Amino acid sequence: MTAAVLAAVLGTALAGCSDTGGKRAEERAAREAAAGGRAAVNTPKWTFAMVTHSGDGDTFWDIVQSGAKQAAVKDNIKFLYAHNEEGKEQAQLVQSYIDQKVDGLIVTLAKPDAMKSVVKKAHKAGIPVITVNSGAEVSKAFGALTHVGQDETIAGEAVGDELNKRGQKKALCVLHEQGNVGLEQRCDGAAKTFDGKMEKIYVEGTNMPDVQSSIEAKLQSDKGIDTVLTLGAPFADTAAKAADQAGSKAEIDTFDLNAKVAAALQDDTLGFAVDQQPYLQGYEAVDLLWLNRYNADVLGGGKPVLTGPQIITKDDAAELASYTKRGTR
Amino acid sequence: MSAVAPPAEETLESRPVRGSLPRRLVGRPELGAVVGAVAVFVFFSVVADAFLQWSSFSTVLYASSTIGIMAVPVALLMIGGEFDLSTGVLVTSSALISSMFSYQMTANVWVGVGVSLLATLAIGFFNGYLLVRTNLPSFIITLGTFLILQGCNLGFTKLISDTVSTKSISDMEGFPSARKVFASHLTIGDVEVQITVLWWFALIALATWILLRTRAGNWIFAVGGAKEAARAVGVPVERTKIGLYLGVALAAWISGQHLLFTYDVVQSGEGVGNELLYIIAAVIGGCLLTGGYGSAVGAAVGAFIFGMTNKGIVYAQWGADWFKFFLGAMLLLATLLNWWVRKRAEESK
Repeated sequence: MTAAVLAAVLGTALAGCSDTGGKRAEERAAREAAAGGRAAVNTPKWTFAMVTHSGDGDTFWDIVQSGAKQAAVKDNIKFLYAHNEEGKEQAQLVQSYIDQKVDGLIVTLAKPDAMKSVVKKAHKAGIPVITVNSGAEVSKAFGALTHVGQDETIAGEAVGDELNKRGQKKALCVLHEQGNVGLEQRCDGAAKTFDGKMEKIYVEGTNMPDVQSSIEAKLQSDKGIDTVLTLGAPFADTAAKAADQAGSKAEIDTFDLNAKVAAALQDDTLGFAVDQQPYLQGYEAVDLLWLNRYNADVLGGGKPVLTGPQIITKDDAAELASYTKRGTR
Repeated sequence: MSAVAPPAEETLESRPVRGSLPRRLVGRPELGAVVGAVAVFVFFSVVADAFLQWSSFSTVLYASSTIGIMAVPVALLMIGGEFDLSTGVLVTSSALISSMFSYQMTANVWVGVGVSLLATLAIGFFNGYLLVRTNLPSFIITLGTFLILQGCNLGFTKLISDTVSTKSISDMEGFPSARKVFASHLTIGDVEVQITVLWWFALIALATWILLRTRAGNWIFAVGGAKEAARAVGVPVERTKIGLYLGVALAAWISGQHLLFTYDVVQSGEGVGNELLYIIAAVIGGCLLTGGYGSAVGAAVGAFIFGMTNKGIVYAQWGADWFKFFLGAMLLLATLLNWWVRKRAEESK
């Protein structure tokens, strides 16, 4: 009986999906139009694999994938993707791609120690590796071709400068994952260049009501805070709600972008967003691997290729809103 | 079985201890938790300046209510001798179903809310039915459901919305009224009270009434304390257990709708790990992990202790790096006090 109910419910939900299938197909077509929806080159069908430290259902990594997939279509690449938050598991995934003898690897080095040996192994096996997003400082030492990403410290520093420009005095940095090195670097970078005072708070990123009430509590206990800096797009809106509930006038600023952030920037609920252009990280990584295979090209001259930080304010948000909706910004 | 748990037969007859008020209080499972809550409250009132403001109290209540809504049925389930590991992600599933159904069908959001209720209850029924049919440990069955739901949350969202979060439904018909019901706040004097607090209190009242004043309440204690004995005296064990899972699903639905109508976009990866918070709240509140003993009020007080500690540390402005340490230490202290008070109460009886 349960199965029948479940099937009925899921069935109707899926039926709903097919209703809007036209719209989705249209969007997909628009997205693939950039590449003409088919390969632009006639190189052999190489296989590239990407292994990230993303958790399940993370918007940011969805956008990275979207960039990588689009570049893969254009470059006639078979693109594989896997992810695991645990460094050890991530390394095992990379190992399994080495065993499959893929033609190129894209990895993140959020937990460099766990990834070190496996990246070196890939290098030894003659598989070109490009690191993206995190691990700029160790990428070269591990034998990767290039690193594509944002230097988190530099991005943080850009935030500090922007806050100074806005005349902010006391900021709260909201970390949604305890122990994530990249997030710490963002806060520390911002604290370095920010002339005012900066405090950190850790919240449970998988529990939105907890994020909200924690920020609320902090704002109530410290009325001097005039800036709340969130480190991921989904938390910006929650921070705005918390400020509202706490009766605080603090400005909300955030790292990363999504449709809601773009909309909030336009109606002034957010101050600014720092974008590291995840789409570019996926797209460039695949493209650079292809260039390396095809033409032995290496970009960056031994230095990381930076994809950010780009500070986005109300003026830019209008233009980006439609791109955030289709999931490429 | 530990000494604090009265045998089921005794529970069946003398559940609310009769006699003078102090004697009755001493017999209540939540007594220790209440003492713990008072201690935590006094402690943070002293160390945190901002803790005693009305607005802070409202924040603490909100934090407690989002855990407490789930902790109440989870406590009942634990009294009934079972576990549910799928509760955290079930809340997210419930929100996702509601949002995606409304959006994809361009239906009034209340339709989505209704479909979500049916689907969530169906999942609860699935847990309960599988449990009584197979007699496998609920740990294993709900662990399976937990993983299945986690996969479905992500898979279906990606399949249907093409991204990992749902589309905004805030401009759809019915949204304002649904938001009033699930995610508004009332202003009482100077204090803003989140509506989840009312839902929470209503659930506590309902659960307490069921436990103490109805036959079903007797059955819950009996199946948790001594299942075979209960079956022998004619307690419908299977119906009771399925009912308990339906109760959990109902609360998950309320929590899920709250999530949806507060943030209007739902991230598909959320909710993992929250199931533990609900169990923690129930245990702090005096529910035994072995079943057969506990109360809904106790679980609510447990959620309140957790909410106070969680937010009190922020109000006290203690070092953020040590947050989890303080949280663990405070909870352990509150629970130890709880245990000590209850032991003393048992001895004096």
